[in-house]
Amino acid sequence: MHPSRLERFLALLVTVFILLVIFLPVAWMVISSVSPREELLATPPHWIPERLDLSNYTDILAPSAESSNMATTFRAALINSIQVASAVTAIGLLLSIPAAYALARIPMRGGRTTMTAILATRMLPAISTVIPLYLVASSLGLMDTKAVLVVLYLSFVLPFNVWILSGFFGTIPREIEEAAHIDGAGRLRILVSVVLPLARPGIAATAIYSFLLAWDEFFFPLIFTSTRDAKMVPVAISEFTGRHAVDFGAMATGGVLAAVPVIIVVLVFNKLIVTGLTAGAVKE
Amino acid sequence: MTHAGTTTKPTPPPKPTRSRPRLALPDSLAGWLLVAPTVLFLAAVFAYPVVSTALTSLQDAKLTKPGEATFVGLENYTDLASSDAFWQAIWRTVYFTVVSVGLELILGIAIAAFISRRFAGWRFLRLAIFVPWAVPTIAAATMFRWIYNADYGALNGLLFQLGAIDQYVPWLADPFAAMNFVIVTDIWKSTPFVVLIVLAAVAGIPGELYEAARIDGASRWQSFWRVTLPMLKGGILLVLVVRTVEAFRVFDIIYILTGGGPANGTLVISYVAYQETFRFFNLGRGAALSFIISLFVLMAALLYLRLLSTRQGETR
Repeated sequence: MHPSRLERFLALLVTVFILLVIFLPVAWMVISSVSPREELLATPPHWIPERLDLSNYTDILAPSAESSNMATTFRAALINSIQVASAVTAIGLLLSIPAAYALARIPMRGGRTTMTAILATRMLPAISTVIPLYLVASSLGLMDTKAVLVVLYLSFVLPFNVWILSGFFGTIPREIEEAAHIDGAGRLRILVSVVLPLARPGIAATAIYSFLLAWDEFFFPLIFTSTRDAKMVPVAISEFTGRHAVDFGAMATGGVLAAVPVIIVVLVFNKLIVTGLTAGAVKE
Repeated sequence: MTHAGTTTKPTPPPKPTRSRPRLALPDSLAGWLLVAPTVLFLAAVFAYPVVSTALTSLQDAKLTKPGEATFVGLENYTDLASSDAFWQAIWRTVYFTVVSVGLELILGIAIAAFISRRFAGWRFLRLAIFVPWAVPTIAAATMFRWIYNADYGALNGLLFQLGAIDQYVPWLADPFAAMNFVIVTDIWKSTPFVVLIVLAAVAGIPGELYEAARIDGASRWQSFWRVTLPMLKGGILLVLVVRTVEAFRVFDIIYILTGGGPANGTLVISYVAYQETFRFFNLGRGAALSFIISLFVLMAALLYLRLLSTRQGETR
C-alpha cells in the first residue's frame, strides 16, 4: 500500500512540525547563549543576533581574572559532575554486573524476592530517605563532598543497572553457558570469559544510562552540597536563576554546556541505547 | 550441591538432571556472593533511613532542635488529612500526573506509529526524538523558563510577531496557567521516552501478524487496534509505571520554573514535603508527607502490575 500524494504531503507537515517542536527551544537556548546582553533584552527578540558574543563561554571554559564568580563556580561544577558521574558509572557497573547476572541466571532461593526488593527501592521518593542520610552524613563530616554524592547516586543507579542488565543477561542463550560448564568452568569464570564479552553492548548501554542518570540528578546535590567543592552542574544552573540577579545569557550557556555533550553522546550511541531499552525493558 | 535441572525459574524445556564436573562453589552460594555487595549496599542506604523516617513521622521533630523530638503518634498524619492545603497539593499532583502522563502516552504512541510508517525523513525524525530525552531535566526547565519569560521571552516574542497577542503576557503569573506550562515542559522532556519504548516494542512484533491481518481483510486502522496495540501492552504498561512514579514526585521542573507558585498554583506534594523539611524544618511533618507520597506511588504501581498480569493471562 503506497501512500497517496496527499498523504505524503500531510506526513511532511507532521514531520516538520515535530522537528520544530524539538529543535526550536534548543536552538533558542544556543542562540541566547551567544547573544550580547542588550540583544537578549530586545523586544521583539532578535532571533538572529547582529553580533556574536562568546564571552559567556570564555568566562566559563577559559576563566580569566575578570571572570565572574558564577562562571568559575560553573566551571568547577562541570569538573565535579564529570568526576562524580564517572565514578558512579564505574562503581555501579562493578557492583551490578555480578548481581544482575546471578539474579538473571543462577537459581537461588529468594532470588525473585531479592529482585523485587531491589526494583521496589525505585518507588521510594528520595525525600523519604534524605533526612536520616543527611544526619548521618553531617555526623560523619561528609557534607559537601563528592564522596557522599557518589554513595547517594549509587542508591538509584544500582537498582536501575540491575534491572537493565538482568534483562540483557536473560537474552544470552543458556546453551553457551552450559557448554562452558561442561568444559569445567565455574560460575565466575563463565561470567568473566563467556557472558561478559557477549553482553558488551548491554553493558555499554547501561554505562551510558548510569552516566546520564548521575548527570541529571538535582535533588541530592541540592540538599547535600553548598560550595564549589562538590557543586554539581544542575545545581549550578539553578543558581543562575535564583540566588543572584538573573543573567539570561549565562543561564542559557549553562544549559547548553550541560546538554550538548550529552546530546552528542546519545546521538552517537543511539543504536546502543535502543538495544538497551529493548533487552532491558520491553522483553522483561 | 544443587543441580541444573532443579531450577525454580520456568526454563523451557525442563532439562534432565545431570552431574556437573568440578564446581568451585555450590551454585546458590556463588550466586549470593555475586549479589551480596549490591544488596548490602542498598540495605545500608535504604533500610535504616526508611525505618528512621517512619519513626520520625510519628514524632514532633524539628531540624533546628535535634534530640528534642517528642512522640505524637499519628498526629502528623491526622493533621495533614484535615488540612485543606494538603488535599489541594494532592489534587494538583494528581492533575499534573494524569494530564502529563496521559498526553505523553497518547503523543508518544502517535509519534511512534507515525515514525514506523516510514514517511520521508523518518530516520532523521527517529534520531531527533533522542534530543529532548538527552537534555538534562534542569537544563530543559531553565530553557523553558527563559522561553516563558514575561518581559523578554521567546514565546511572547513569537506570538506577538505572529499577531496572536497584542502585548506581552506574563504566562506564569496565573496559578492554573502556570501548572499547564509546567506540564508542557514535562511533555517536551518526557514524550521521547514513550516514543523510544514503543518503537522498541513495535520492532519486536512479528511481521506475520500484519500479514495475517491483511489477508483477513483488516484495514490499516483495524490492524493498529487489533494487532499493534495488544502487542504493545507490555511496553505501554512499563511506560505507565515508570512515568507515573516519576510524575507523582515531580520536583526539579517545579523548583526551576515556578518554585511552587504563583499563589501555590504549582505546589505539588513533593514540593510541600521539601518545604516542610528544609524550609520550615518540620522533620516529622516532612517524613509523614514522604510516606504518603510513597504510598500513592506504590498504589499506582500495584494497580498497573495487576492490569499487566491479568491482561497477559488473556492474550498469552
